Amino acid sequence: MRRAALAVAYVTATVVALAFLLLPIVAIFAHTSPAKLIEQLSNPVVVDALVVTLKTSLIAQLLIVLLGTPTAYLLASRRFPGHALAVTLVELPLVLPPAVAGIGLLAAFGRLGLLGSSFEALGITLPFTQTAVTIAVAYVASPLYIRQAIAAFEATDPSLAAASRTLGAGPARTFFRVVLPLARGGLIAGLALSFARGIGEFGATIMFAGSLQAVTQTFSLAIYAEFDRNFDATLAMSALLVLFSIVLLAALRIGLTWQRSSSTGSPSLFGLSSSS
Amino acid sequence: MATLVLDRVTVPLRSFELELSLAVGGTVALVGPSGAGKTTLLRAVAGLARPRAGSISIGDEVWFDGERGVHRAPEQRRVGLVFQEYALFPHMTVRQNVEYAQRHAAREYLDRFGIAHLEGARPAALSGGEKQRVALARALARDPAVLLLDEPLSALDAHTKAGVRGELHDLLRALDIPVLLVTHDFEDAAALADRVSVIVDGELRQSGTPAELVSQPADSFVASFTGANLLHGRAESTRNGAARVRLEDGTVVSTADPAEGEVVLAIYPWDITVASVVPHDSALNVIRAPIRSVAELGNRVRLAIGPVTAEITAESLARLGLEAGHEAYATFKATGTRVVARHR
Repeated sequence: MRRAALAVAYVTATVVALAFLLLPIVAIFAHTSPAKLIEQLSNPVVVDALVVTLKTSLIAQLLIVLLGTPTAYLLASRRFPGHALAVTLVELPLVLPPAVAGIGLLAAFGRLGLLGSSFEALGITLPFTQTAVTIAVAYVASPLYIRQAIAAFEATDPSLAAASRTLGAGPARTFFRVVLPLARGGLIAGLALSFARGIGEFGATIMFAGSLQAVTQTFSLAIYAEFDRNFDATLAMSALLVLFSIVLLAALRIGLTWQRSSSTGSPSLFGLSSSS
Repeated sequence: MATLVLDRVTVPLRSFELELSLAVGGTVALVGPSGAGKTTLLRAVAGLARPRAGSISIGDEVWFDGERGVHRAPEQRRVGLVFQEYALFPHMTVRQNVEYAQRHAAREYLDRFGIAHLEGARPAALSGGEKQRVALARALARDPAVLLLDEPLSALDAHTKAGVRGELHDLLRALDIPVLLVTHDFEDAAALADRVSVIVDGELRQSGTPAELVSQPADSFVASFTGANLLHGRAESTRNGAARVRLEDGTVVSTADPAEGEVVLAIYPWDITVASVVPHDSALNVIRAPIRSVAELGNRVRLAIGPVTAEITAESLARLGLEAGHEAYATFKATGTRVVARHR
């Protein structure tokens, strides 16, 4: 009797939780007919936001992967004085409120900022440009990739890299033929998380780059700007972002499954075991 | 065959340092308890760990020299290292694993190790014995100057182990490069190697052929490692130059070795005869006690009788009709015992 009541409680809680999580998504699509969505795709505000978002996100993610992958590999495979501090620093943007991150970027790269005068001397102005959007996205999204990449590299068996070296492969060949393929799934999962965070970026961007249509106005900023002007455009952009999020979620799951099948260690998301 | 020479190679371990000099021609087994630094030493030879001092060379190639600051990278040492868990690349097929070491003649190695039919399989689908053959094929496909084996049989279950041990023995005999293997199992070492070196607490205790280690163990550690019973007691020499040893439980044992004072006697289980009635033969030592335990080891059986363990065939045990708890007689000759130095 008590067992049955407990089972009912579990099922009810799960149903309520899932309904709560899904309801807003359903509501967006309930308000947006496919016809309206297609109509809004020719709205210049929406088109400009799409272009700005894709351009800045892709460049930011490229930078994150190019700088973050070696960083994560070093932190995962070497122990040195200050290692724990370095790992903590990598995670700093994760806990920093985005608005504070934006102010920090302004204080660092702004006209009157720490490095602002050096940039000025080179004729480079960063704040309120598209480059500023890219920098803001890279700043807030990078910890998600780097943390996941560290976990992925740590899950690869070090004796495999050692075996590669004794078989005549140098460090570079070992990295690209053994370590990277084994960590591939975890890296893809990290990239999906980082992408999702970057697309949703709002606080740091509006502080450091502003919200100028066709220049710095990303989807997230445009949704806010159009909110009381053109609700249809807001809904259409939201619907597009939902579809994009589903793609990223799928990439995340596939990545984690790959990681599980190719590594000897247990797969993890933020160091927590993920079992589905 | 070139000789691998380790000259005063010093590797730091958790609580002490291991310093070792060793010349490896043929097959040499390094045995010792876990934590003795065996694996660290293999890694040092392979270039995966850097010794604190000493030198490692083969022929006129110097791989490591602490004084001259030489420390070649693993890929520049021509070593074949077979890892304890084999370390096969899980994302590659058997063939790709072997090709990783040798792009052109992979087929030859697949055939030689009887794994050609597995070439498309992933390591996860292989049995323990198959994995070892792939690991050996891959290590030798590199055309190494030295083969290193880390606990080559420990990842196998008892059932496959005997067969693989035989295969490995034949393979190592046929190789014309020095082989250095480490194991914590003396039986494996004796079955595979020409010479065995025992390391304990960071130092080399004894080097010799397996037979030498069994017949003349340098101390009580080597004796127990090679499988001997160790009997602690107090010796009194007899007039004919031999001795009688009173054990801690009161049993008196005769030995043909001269001895005086606190000693350790070593006696091998296969030198002890078991009987169900009082035997009448030349053996001076007869211990009468109930059988404490019966342990089967393949076709052999180990019986614990009083202070000693005897090893007889399963066939003999069946003929005697003895079981655990039964009274039995364990007899051994005084000449079968060795007085050994007490292990510090």
